[in-house]
Amino acid sequence: MQHQAAGPATTGAAPYQAGHHLPSANDFLGSDPDAFQTGSSYDRQYPAPNAARAEQLARALGWFSIGLGLAQLLAPEKVSRAIGVADSPKLMRAIGARELSAGIGILSQRRPANWLWSRVAGDAMDLMLLANAARDRGNDQRRIAWTAAAMAGITALDIIAGMDNQQRKMMGHGPDASGYVNVEKSITINKTADECYRFWRDFEAFPRFMTHLESVRAVTGNRFHWKAKGPAGSSVEWDADVTIDQPGRELAWQSVEGADVDNAGRVLFELAPGGRGTIVRVVMHYKPPGGVAGALIAGMFGEEPSVQIDEDLRRFKWLIETGEIPTTVGQPSGERGAWNRLLFRKGAPG
Amino acid sequence: MRAAVWHGKRDVRVDNVPDPEILNPRDAIVKITSTAICGSDLHLYNGFVPTMEKGDILGHEFMGEIVELGSGVTNLKVGDRVVVPFPIACGNCFFCNEKLYSVCENSNPNAAMAEKMWGHSPAGIFGYSHLTGGYAGGQAEYVRVPYADVGPIKVPDGLTDDQVLFLSDILPTGYMAAEACDIKPGSVVAVWGCGPVGQFAIQSAYLLGAERVIAIDRFPERLRMAREVSKAITLDYEEVDISAALKEMTGGRGPDACIDAVGMEAHGMGMMGAYDRVKQAMMNETDRPVALRQALMSCRNGGVVSIPGVYGGFLDKVPFGTIMNRSLTIRTGQTHVQRYMRPLLERIQKGEIDPAVIITHHMSLEDAPHGYDIFCNKADECIKIVMKP
Repeated sequence: MQHQAAGPATTGAAPYQAGHHLPSANDFLGSDPDAFQTGSSYDRQYPAPNAARAEQLARALGWFSIGLGLAQLLAPEKVSRAIGVADSPKLMRAIGARELSAGIGILSQRRPANWLWSRVAGDAMDLMLLANAARDRGNDQRRIAWTAAAMAGITALDIIAGMDNQQRKMMGHGPDASGYVNVEKSITINKTADECYRFWRDFEAFPRFMTHLESVRAVTGNRFHWKAKGPAGSSVEWDADVTIDQPGRELAWQSVEGADVDNAGRVLFELAPGGRGTIVRVVMHYKPPGGVAGALIAGMFGEEPSVQIDEDLRRFKWLIETGEIPTTVGQPSGERGAWNRLLFRKGAPG
Repeated sequence: MRAAVWHGKRDVRVDNVPDPEILNPRDAIVKITSTAICGSDLHLYNGFVPTMEKGDILGHEFMGEIVELGSGVTNLKVGDRVVVPFPIACGNCFFCNEKLYSVCENSNPNAAMAEKMWGHSPAGIFGYSHLTGGYAGGQAEYVRVPYADVGPIKVPDGLTDDQVLFLSDILPTGYMAAEACDIKPGSVVAVWGCGPVGQFAIQSAYLLGAERVIAIDRFPERLRMAREVSKAITLDYEEVDISAALKEMTGGRGPDACIDAVGMEAHGMGMMGAYDRVKQAMMNETDRPVALRQALMSCRNGGVVSIPGVYGGFLDKVPFGTIMNRSLTIRTGQTHVQRYMRPLLERIQKGEIDPAVIITHHMSLEDAPHGYDIFCNKADECIKIVMKP
């Protein structure tokens, strides 16, 4: 097997090209991640510009949202007085609920960019409401002016945080300029590359560990028909061709014309250093259903592909190493609290 | 069946719950004959471990009889009497191969949750919060044991439950803590905390050749057990300045190794103690590392600080400078129980260790709420409780 030493210099940060419709599986990430080159920087491989600032700012704004939201929900009259507008507890509470949900969204998601943008939209709404209130002579104009100035500052921060976090998200996890999502994930398996390859070559068994897949079945030769769960009980289907099949080394696929979801991907089986098993690396490139908006919405609720692939890879590891998937679903428990059932259990017992 | 169920902070009740079933091929169902309350269960009891949920069944120290086996378990049979180790380990992954069972990669179904908290996920643990899998525990009539072909060991005839029950956790935990101390002839070891793990750490340190073991606590009955049963030299931290005393007792140098068998809920004295109480109550730190700070400052240059005590999250004012500048070695981890069960069982059979000596209370599982209460409040000179369903 040819082992091409392709370092980061040739890999670069743009393994796929914007505006390039469905590259062949060969030309995206057209390098061999097997060959990490010593003495090279891999920053460009896993970039996150302004990552520290983005995270800090997002967290600060998240807590700010929660604090403000709670104040608005619990003491709407006091907040109205502080900003100098007439009392309207219902509106104030509604705004408070919005603030609170944005805060929770920002703090609970690993990539909160979309929740930050929702704050920017909220800021615009609040500034409009404030402008309206300023026209009313009954309100305290001075206080409103101060509030507007403070809000402008917060809006600026929201926009900066949104942009920083957007940039982070673009790097490998959000849709790129042409609407494709690019994901790379890896896991180390305590099995030989051949064993891992054979497990992955059995496409029709994928639903065993890829829970979002309904079925995969062979059509002809290298072509397989895929059926995956879509949003709200729908399903999406496509045909894909296996484009690379090197036993113990690499598998790649590419969807054919007319797919619900344009997608291409590679699975690489690399020897882990020191004979510690096999690193299975999945690289995927796909156009999400519902386009950019669909991906954004999915991302807001943690259904992003990088998370899904993470979980799929973990289930794959569990299955191939131990023969089963660890679970507590179905085990006994005492009576659960209503809060727990709703928030954590999501209908699952155990 | 009946089971001790966590309902919230300091609220344990014995409830009727469904019987466990085989869920995976490598599962076994064990009918519990003896189960203990562990000092680390008190961290759950006091609400300091996140991701506990109302309804969780407690208990990670238990033994019993196999009553049902999954199709994948061939090394055990129904009727076998077994002790079950508290960490759940698959036996197949890189870490299990390295005998690092408590960080098994495959046994925590909530690995993603643990990764958010700790960066990577450790193994699953029975009855010890959802961060470590949310597995139902063994303070119950029956328990489901995953990967039963790896963890449980058969108990030879002629040994009582009380003699072998603690192979499930605290005996290996105390032993691993002492083993970590690189004990050489002449070694002086100091042990903070004379609870069950502390007692076994003292005894193990002597077994491994320590010259002298100094034990630190404040409860008279625990100090007495440390002296009379475990043969330690004791110090009461309410009476003496521990750092100064340790210095004088070791010719100014400090103990060769220090063991923190206290963990996250240490009781501090004076300003620092109050500081941690306030920070923890305000949720500005998750753990109160009072004993740990003292151990770090007291240990001799180039010595080992071994930490079997449980810590959950973020600690304040840990004197890292003393670790770096004085070449200290830190060793810690949830115990790799599977690694120690057989050798320690042999030591029990040879009569080198008698784990039963630390038991102060026997009671029915039905009395679990009372057991938690007296154990937590150190009432009735309680040191170790064994319950029978």
